[in-house]
Amino acid sequence: MNEELKNALLGPLSKNNPVVVQVLGICSSLAVTAQLKPAIVMGLSVTIIVAMSNVVISLIRNTIPNSVRIIVQLVVVAALVTVVSEFLKAFSYDISVQLSVYIGLIITNCILMGRLEAFAMGNKPWASFLDGIGNGIGYAIMLIIIAFIRELFGSGTLFGLRVIPQSFYEAGYVNNGMMMMPSMALIIVACIIWVHRSINKDLQEQ
Amino acid sequence: MDHAFSLFLRSIFVDNMIFATFLGMCSYLAVSKNVKTSVGLGVAVTFVLLITVPVNYLLETKVLRAGALAWMGESFADLDLSYLSFILYIAVIAAITQLVEMVVEKFSPSLYASLGIFLPLIAVNCAIMGAALFMQQRIGLEPTDPKAVTSFVDVVLYALGSGLGWMLAIVGFAAVREKMEYSQIPAPLKGLGIAFITVGLMALAFQCFSGLKI
Repeated sequence: MNEELKNALLGPLSKNNPVVVQVLGICSSLAVTAQLKPAIVMGLSVTIIVAMSNVVISLIRNTIPNSVRIIVQLVVVAALVTVVSEFLKAFSYDISVQLSVYIGLIITNCILMGRLEAFAMGNKPWASFLDGIGNGIGYAIMLIIIAFIRELFGSGTLFGLRVIPQSFYEAGYVNNGMMMMPSMALIIVACIIWVHRSINKDLQEQ
Repeated sequence: MDHAFSLFLRSIFVDNMIFATFLGMCSYLAVSKNVKTSVGLGVAVTFVLLITVPVNYLLETKVLRAGALAWMGESFADLDLSYLSFILYIAVIAAITQLVEMVVEKFSPSLYASLGIFLPLIAVNCAIMGAALFMQQRIGLEPTDPKAVTSFVDVVLYALGSGLGWMLAIVGFAAVREKMEYSQIPAPLKGLGIAFITVGLMALAFQCFSGLKI
């Protein structure tokens, strides 16, 4: 695998992460991360949709007239999202209820439009596919970190299973109800950015 | 009328697009560097919401819902086209944004120039699509539920309230951000990090409204 393809796949995992560096797709990453399970499903769905739509747009990139490209991109993405949404409704109805409108909102997720505009419109299908997978996974990792912290401290469980032992509660430990509120997700993202930028000093803003 | 008015106030304060559901975050963070442009974007978002949500409501109730096509005759009565809703909603939004852009360019070139690139980008603002999807969800609620949308007037007021709430949030945040220019912030938190913390604190403050009964 040459350098360029490797960059497309691995860059978004940390140095060029869609959530904490490019600031794309924030809406959904805040709203679905109260528990781990929906966060993972969301991360997976986005990964599949980004990769597929990147490939489709990359295949037809030379035939799209420039003036209507946003509408073409939106229609491709909307069709893929409809497929994923119907699939979730059929095979895991509980999670699709939990995710409610946020599955539909993948259509306007900035990661998709960002990658389509910035990468798929100017690159070959295979590179676009890797770029989509990389960005989807970079997004999923952030979702999982946020959801892990929120579920562990907010309800003392992981994947719905109790992790913090009963004896802690008897000794006076209380779940942090603030963690269940979406506003704490913002502050957790800020802390992740803080850590991430302390490690990667070149990302700091002046 | 009471219900419509409470829906209006709730959509500004309690179900605020930014602070309760975090929709439209991308442009919210990108365009809130000064108050003037944020007012412009707020107005544009409100305007587009005010047109697209009612149009999507008509589409939903007259075409897409199970049994909605009954007005076309017996044989259409049991059709359910709801799986088409995502594609049609986004098509309506993209088309109307384009239309609004052309109208604004024709009749008010100065407003057009000040909004610049943000106007076409509203098509991919999550707040617009989010409002349409929430509207779709709220049609199915019991009429006694304070969130339920039961008539066309409700929908218009809901759209207006959501837009104003979004505008309130972005203008307030831009004002805070202008002042923040002068503060000492740890280097890794500069810019984006502190912006997130500020929005988080503002969202916590807005949570006071959540017990509000109107």
